[in-house]
Amino acid sequence: MNTSLLDFRHAFFTNKPALAGLIIIFIIFFVGLFAPWVATDDPSRIDIKQILSPPGPAHWMGTDELGRDVYSRVIWASRVSINVGFVAVGISIAIGTLIGATAGFYGGQLDDAAMRLTDIMLSIPTFFLILASIAFLGPSLLNIMIIIGITSWMGVARLVRAQFLGARELDYIVAIRALGAGDSRIIFLHLLPNTLSPVYISAVLGIAGTILLESSLSFLGLGVQPPTPSWGNILMAGKDNIEIAWWLSFFPGVAILITVLGYNLLGEGLRNLLDPRLKR
Amino acid sequence: MTHFLVNRLFQFCVTLAGVTVLTFLLMHLAPGDPVDTQAAMNPRISPEARENLKKFYGLDQPLPVQYFNWVGKFLTFNFGYSYTDGKSNSSKILERLPITVVINALSLLIIFLVSIPFGILGAARQNSFFDVSTTFLVFIGFAIPTFWLALLLMILFGVQLGWLPISGYQSFNAEGFDFWMRLRDWSAHLLMPVLVSAFGGLAGFSRYLRSEMLEVIRQDYVRTAFAKGLSEKMVLYKHAFRNALIPLVTILGLSVPGLIGGSVIFENIYAIPGIGQLFYQSVMQRDYPLIMGLTVIGAILTMAGNFLADIAVALVNPRIKVTEGSR
Repeated sequence: MNTSLLDFRHAFFTNKPALAGLIIIFIIFFVGLFAPWVATDDPSRIDIKQILSPPGPAHWMGTDELGRDVYSRVIWASRVSINVGFVAVGISIAIGTLIGATAGFYGGQLDDAAMRLTDIMLSIPTFFLILASIAFLGPSLLNIMIIIGITSWMGVARLVRAQFLGARELDYIVAIRALGAGDSRIIFLHLLPNTLSPVYISAVLGIAGTILLESSLSFLGLGVQPPTPSWGNILMAGKDNIEIAWWLSFFPGVAILITVLGYNLLGEGLRNLLDPRLKR
Repeated sequence: MTHFLVNRLFQFCVTLAGVTVLTFLLMHLAPGDPVDTQAAMNPRISPEARENLKKFYGLDQPLPVQYFNWVGKFLTFNFGYSYTDGKSNSSKILERLPITVVINALSLLIIFLVSIPFGILGAARQNSFFDVSTTFLVFIGFAIPTFWLALLLMILFGVQLGWLPISGYQSFNAEGFDFWMRLRDWSAHLLMPVLVSAFGGLAGFSRYLRSEMLEVIRQDYVRTAFAKGLSEKMVLYKHAFRNALIPLVTILGLSVPGLIGGSVIFENIYAIPGIGQLFYQSVMQRDYPLIMGLTVIGAILTMAGNFLADIAVALVNPRIKVTEGSR
C-alpha cells in the first residue's frame, strides 16, 4: 500500500465529520439490508382495528391511516432511498462525465454545443423539469431514478470539462499519444482517473440531494407510489392527517434528516481532505 | 458595458430558444396526449369528435408547425386554453404570479438579513463557540427537508397552539376587512410559508458567505486596514464584506430556480394559490399547454435572475470584464 493512501486513511479517520457521516451511512445501509429483521412487523399488514393509533409499546412509531406499523414502514423505506440515491446519481455521473469529458477533450464546436445544452438545462428550474417529466412518464420508482438522473448531470459535466480543458496539450498525454494510444484509451485510462476526486465529492453530496428530492416528490404524490413505503409518501399521509396524527409527520422526517446529514457530512469531509485549495 | 449587455442579451435569447425547443420536445415525445386524457373522461367519444379535438388544439399538424405556432403565441403572452377547464392560461398565470413573486422576494430578504450577520460573525470568530454552533446548525439545515419543516411548524403553531392559520393567504371573509386588518391577516397567513421558503436558502447562504469572508479576511488589504487602527466593525463591514458580497450576488441569481421549484412544495402544503400550486395542478391534470407555459416562464425567471446578477456584479466590480467564454 502506498504512502499517499495511508496518509489519506489517517486523515480520514481523524476527520470527525467524515467519519461520523460514514458511520451513519453504514447504519442506514445495515438497516436497509436487514429490513426484514430490523422491522417488527410486516410493513404492508393492514389492521383496521389499529387505525392511527399513537406510538406505544406495540407500535413504536404508531400506526398509519390503514393501521400499518409506521416503524416497520420507515425501516423498509430506507431501501427506496438508498436505491434512488445510488441509481439516480450513477446515471447523472455517467452522463455528466461523458458529456464533460467529450466537451473538454475535443473542445471547439462540440464543446460549444455541450455547454449550450448545459446552460439550457440549468435555466429550467430542475424541480419543474422533473415534475413535467413525471407528468408524462408517470410516477414510479424506476421513472424517478431515471428522471432525476437525466436532469442533474450538469454540475458534474462542468466539473469534468474544467479538468479536461487543455489536457490534450499536457506533455505526458502527448507522449502517450506518440506511443500510439487512441482517444478513448487516453480519456478512460489516463485522464479520467486524475479527475475523479471532485466527482466523488459531488456524487456523495448528490446522493444527499437526490434523497431529499425523492422524498419531496413522493410527498407530493408524484414519486414512489403506495403501498411501497417511502419516507416521502408516509409524510404525505401525515399531511392528510395533520390534525390528529403528528407521529406520521414526525418520524419519517427524522429518518430523512439523519440519512441526508450522513451523506452531507461525508461529502464535506471528503472535500476538506481532497480539495488541495482548502489545505492550509 | 454596452458590448457586455448586448452579448449577454444575445446569450439570453439563444438559451431561451433552446429552452422552448427542449420543453416542446419533452411534451410531444412523451406518450399519451390531451385528447386521450379527455377521451378517458368520456369513453363514448366518437372518432370524429376525437379528430375535432385534435384540430381544435392544433395537434393534427406536423411537429415543426406546431412548435412555431406555439412560440408565436407565446411571444404575445398567449398560452392557449387549459385542456381541463377551457379558461385562458395567461389570465390564470397573471392572477397567481404576484403572490409567488411576493413570497419569494420576502424570503430572499429574510435570507439576506439573517445570513449576512451570521456569515460575517462566523468568519470573524472562526472556530469560536458561535462559529461551531452555527456550522452545526447549517449542517442540520442542509439536511432538513423543507416540506417536513413546514409540516412540523403547522402541527406546532397551527394545530397545537392554534396561533397561525394553516392554509391560504387570507381569510375567507377578508374582503370586508379594512387595510390594517388585511395586512395583519396576510402576515399571519404568510409568516410560515415565507419562513419555510427562506429556510432552505439560509443555510447555504450563511455557509457561503462565511467561506468567502474567510478568504477575504486573509488578504493584505484587510490586514492593512487593521494595522492602521480601524475598528473591527469598520474593517469587517466596510472593507471585507464588500468584496465578499460580489460572489454572493451571483449565488443569489443562481438560487432563483431553487426558490421557484420550492414554491411548488410550500404552496401545495399551505394551499397558497400561486404559480407553484398552479404548476402542481397542471402536472396532476396533464394540462399540456399550462405545463409548457409555466416551465418556460420558470426558465425566464431563472435566466432573468442570472442576468440581473451578472449586471450587478459587472457594475459593482470594475475588475471583472465579462467576455464570451469567461464562465
